[in-house]
Amino acid sequence: MTTTLRVNPIACSGHGLCAELLPELITLDEWGYPVIADQPVPARLARQAGRAVTDCPALALRLSRSR
Amino acid sequence: MSPTMPLPAMASSVTPGPDAARTWPAQQSPAGGGRLPRLLPPAGQPGSDLAAHLGRHGPVPYRGWSARLIPEVRAAGLTGRGGAAFPVHRKLEAVAAASGRAVVVGNAAEGEPASHKDEALLRLAPHLVLDGLQLAAEAVGAARAVLYVRRDLRASTRLDVQISERERRGLDRVAVEIVSAPTRFLAGEESALASLVSGGMAVPRFTPPRVFERGVDGRPTLVQNVETLAHLALIARYGPGWFRAAGTPDEPGTMLCTLRQADGSVSVVEAAIGAPLAELVGRAGTALLVGGYHGAWIPAAQASRLALSNAALRPLGAFTGAGVLAALPADRCGLVETARVARYLALESAGQCGPCLNGLPRIAEALAELAGLAGRQPGPRVLADLSRWAGLVDGRGACHHPDGTVRFIRSALRVFAAEVGQHERGRCTAGNSPPFLPVPAGPSTDADWS
Repeated sequence: MTTTLRVNPIACSGHGLCAELLPELITLDEWGYPVIADQPVPARLARQAGRAVTDCPALALRLSRSR
Repeated sequence: MSPTMPLPAMASSVTPGPDAARTWPAQQSPAGGGRLPRLLPPAGQPGSDLAAHLGRHGPVPYRGWSARLIPEVRAAGLTGRGGAAFPVHRKLEAVAAASGRAVVVGNAAEGEPASHKDEALLRLAPHLVLDGLQLAAEAVGAARAVLYVRRDLRASTRLDVQISERERRGLDRVAVEIVSAPTRFLAGEESALASLVSGGMAVPRFTPPRVFERGVDGRPTLVQNVETLAHLALIARYGPGWFRAAGTPDEPGTMLCTLRQADGSVSVVEAAIGAPLAELVGRAGTALLVGGYHGAWIPAAQASRLALSNAALRPLGAFTGAGVLAALPADRCGLVETARVARYLALESAGQCGPCLNGLPRIAEALAELAGLAGRQPGPRVLADLSRWAGLVDGRGACHHPDGTVRFIRSALRVFAAEVGQHERGRCTAGNSPPFLPVPAGPSTDADWS
């Protein structure tokens, strides 16, 4: 089971909160929009990733689980 | 090869149009075996009316129940002719298996300004498209069929009349409704199409859910390019073996191509996949654009040795797409042409995703500067900026508009590298030539997405 982060780029309005909460996996581009690392969310960051998802003001971030 | 030489494997009926240079050469032989053309009617015959169509191909070969046609389509190896070349049977299976009554949409948005093949098909063989729409509806058990047609084509193709005549004769089992597509580059993108047909604006949406799961009015929706539907109608009649008699084992069949020759003439032809590009377009001056404005430039010397297939084009970062082939004349600058198109593509962004909204205008402006269209010398960082911004938009949209735009621009920077060097020193080999690649006049407005 792997968990990956995905942003809905239509919903995202570039608040940037996700990059503050999860700097290990999310950086901001020069316009303030999140660039998500191309890797699964490691178990040690699961809690922070969940927080980034629930705290996104635009509800634009998702965690998807796949086998 | 001279572009004026008679070309094998081509359609041959000349249709007068608003563009005097545009011709649709008509076919030399009826559909059958490996002989071409298949989709377009023979030369000199009025192909577009129902009587001629029925005389040539007979009635719609309904299968009697849903899903029965799908194994035949799988055996034929038909892929979507709208550009993405997705296997048709997989879409049919997905929509047939989804819960809820399905909708089928024939897509003739043809938002690509350099493509005229859907227009030619709707003029010359509309009943093959309408047959394919019925067969696709039967295959997925759809209760609703829509023909999504670019607004100006709807007005000029008499499709309403053709559909009424079919209704009068009782040929169609599912009523066909025509929906006008806005004249936008992205209007034919599946999720944008589903949004418009559902009563919204023709802008892409975030997926999943995919359109085959939840499309028009939330129903499972099959969207197929109209040329794909026409091939489907022939496969249903003549079988997978017949279909595979043209094309390559991996990419069977024929495809319609819009050819823009270096002399400016434009034609639509049907070619077997795998045919030599040199038989289709005459020698380009410097480069050949393959696949349209989300496609890629290929150096002329390489293009003349390649075949019309994704297998041949993929190593060069190109693909057949919707069959646009444009041979850039020697007296034009590929950088200038690309910059003009890039500006158009930036304006055609739906503006919904941050990276596309911010990146494409900057990329277009930097390219204009590099091409000498911005009225100033290119700055020292313009190439570095272009490269960085291209990386920042690639893969970060809800749809593939940023990816396709960047693919096109990156290919230009690669193929026209020598021209880039000239431009950095303030020189352009082409001088002040008129535009070669067509770009719609005037910027689109926010109001015309519906």
